[in-house]
Amino acid sequence: MTISRPIQSWLYISPLMLVLIPFFVLPILVVLVASVFETDGFGGLIPTFTLANYATVLTSGLTFNLYLETIKFTVLTWFFTLLLGFFIAYFLVFHVRNPLLAIGLFLICTVPFWTSNIIRMISWIPLLGKEGLINSALLRLGLIREPLEFLLYSSFAVVVAYVHQLTIFMIVPIFNSMARIDKRVIEAAVDAGASRFDIMRLIVVPLSKSGIALGSIFVISIVMGDFFVTKVMSGGGSASVVGAFYEDISVLQYPGAAASAIVLTVILLAVVSFILRTVDIRKEITQ
Amino acid sequence: MTAKDEKDNPTTSPKRVNRRSFLKAGAAVAGSGVITGFPTIWAQEIKDIELRHVGVSYSVVKAIGDQAAKDLGFKVTMQNLDTSAAINRFITQPNSVDIADLEGWQAKLAAKRGVIQGIEAKKIAEFNNFLPIFTKGELDGHKIPRQGISPYEALYIEKHDSTELHDGVTDWLTNVPQVYNADSIGYRPDLVGHTVTEWKDLIDPKFKGKAAILDVPAIGIMDAALCFESAGLIKYGNKGNMSKKEIDFTCDKLIELKKAGQFRATWTTFDQSVQLMAAGEVVIQSMWSPAVAAVRVKQIPCTYAPVNIKDGKEGYRGWCNGMGLMKHLTGKKLDAAYEYMNWYMSGWQGAFVSRYGYYSPVPSTAKKFMTPAEYAFWYEGKPAPEPVTDPYGVPMEVAGTVRDGGSFVDRVTNISCWNTLMDEAAYMNKRWNDFKVA
Repeated sequence: MTISRPIQSWLYISPLMLVLIPFFVLPILVVLVASVFETDGFGGLIPTFTLANYATVLTSGLTFNLYLETIKFTVLTWFFTLLLGFFIAYFLVFHVRNPLLAIGLFLICTVPFWTSNIIRMISWIPLLGKEGLINSALLRLGLIREPLEFLLYSSFAVVVAYVHQLTIFMIVPIFNSMARIDKRVIEAAVDAGASRFDIMRLIVVPLSKSGIALGSIFVISIVMGDFFVTKVMSGGGSASVVGAFYEDISVLQYPGAAASAIVLTVILLAVVSFILRTVDIRKEITQ
Repeated sequence: MTAKDEKDNPTTSPKRVNRRSFLKAGAAVAGSGVITGFPTIWAQEIKDIELRHVGVSYSVVKAIGDQAAKDLGFKVTMQNLDTSAAINRFITQPNSVDIADLEGWQAKLAAKRGVIQGIEAKKIAEFNNFLPIFTKGELDGHKIPRQGISPYEALYIEKHDSTELHDGVTDWLTNVPQVYNADSIGYRPDLVGHTVTEWKDLIDPKFKGKAAILDVPAIGIMDAALCFESAGLIKYGNKGNMSKKEIDFTCDKLIELKKAGQFRATWTTFDQSVQLMAAGEVVIQSMWSPAVAAVRVKQIPCTYAPVNIKDGKEGYRGWCNGMGLMKHLTGKKLDAAYEYMNWYMSGWQGAFVSRYGYYSPVPSTAKKFMTPAEYAFWYEGKPAPEPVTDPYGVPMEVAGTVRDGGSFVDRVTNISCWNTLMDEAAYMNKRWNDFKVA
């Protein structure tokens, strides 16, 4: 018995569809529908079609400030995770000669992730606080007279916590694409007289592009979609896009929150497709 | 599951009479601290019942649920959510909850949305012993203010399925109040240097970078309002239901203070507030009574400011949580829910929450489960005759200590506004976020 080709392809994608449709497409549709409804102020939705919720979100100075703040954290986190992730992966792939040791070190990178990310975040507090380890050490060494307040409940603390949580999402895909670089290419380059920097610039970075792109997608979408780290580590001194619409939900303003969520989703989709346009991940992975 | 209960049990009402009268006997026995158990038939019927009591962690406490399950013979599951997740769950997934733990404003919303059913007042054994706060809106002849939503205001509906609150006592309740308190400011007496009795100390430039405020917009804004009113910057029509103009004034002022570096942080959970104070990050902040106690347990001096009303200013921000019956409860499960609420009013739970510094709506039953020393300290505002421990037996205060703010009557009659959700909540939230992101 033969199955016709179209049916065959449908069968291939059906497992993915079975997951995506009920757990992604339907919820997004619900949010989309809610975003054009009106609220009665008591958690009830009035079915109608209005773009007022979008108008409110898109014309408010608050939205602009929230995105500015969120994008600031996203860019900083992306930059530092990329820097760390790239060089850690580079070290593991090119400097650790024993592959078993490399895998071992790679696994050690994941050790902190055996605990919940909330615990990992909160454990920064006793370290960075006014009476925390860093401040008391510096005070005792006589390097400072007053505790450094910017260490905790600040943008600095938010970025530290994000970088700590998310570097692994850079290491893994970059490690993966670097590991597939044929070492003979590098040997040839060395033989042909290329400097270390040239090798990095002309071979390692271009061939790690897919890993960098994947890692960036992870980091950017996680930071932009998160509010908890910002809330706790900034000591409530800063807000985020998601945090703001979570507050809307807490007073049952569903349509406004839904509109903000859709706007964020569209922006994230744009960012991700921009990354995908820059790097053809599929080509790089299957080559 | 509910439909099944209903089907299996179409004729519960004749039995109910027996159970009810037994309950009265049970309550009497409970008074002496022993509950001997329910009749076998009832025990057989109820052992498969599970009640899911859902609400915030300071009100829905596992140890209380465990004790209730032990005394009542059916299963009680306590589930904790934060305030906003809780109200969202009650409204969007009402069937996943049996007993909703509701604040006044949540009771108003839940009634409006039709997710709760009226509770028959005469089936609540202790209803007639409720303090007049709940039945008359007063205490010791003192009218309890109705800025925000007072427990009295949120308690009654006209019929069992009414969706609007009713002003004045009726036969139907939206919830059975179970725990309430008066919130103010916690401070480090050693670092602040004087006794704090006014909210304006929180925004005093002296404590720049050492103050914190509560970041739950609906109630944080009331704490801020109390500060600004105390400093004489504004006089609110109703702190519990501000006009847009008042919201703008309050949030602009907060932004100004934030830019000037007044606030070291804002906090959203009990633990965060304890952490801020205990780690020396702040010296003064809006705080909850047990959080102050939790700081003191760490051997760090911390005082709960008695912000008694004077010249129409100051006063505590009050809150009250009660148990609401979800609409889907019927038959045996509904009976069990009534037993459960009656158990709450019978004293064990009242004594438990009192040892946290909270209050019971029926102190007369709670008293039976407390030592005279405990009652003298927590309710009468007298120096503790012996060391005071928390509900789990951890030592909290040495003998001779007097409770901050004094007696129950002193504290509760000085409440000036109640937790609420304002009419302009959506606008207020937006302005609060302006403050957050500033």
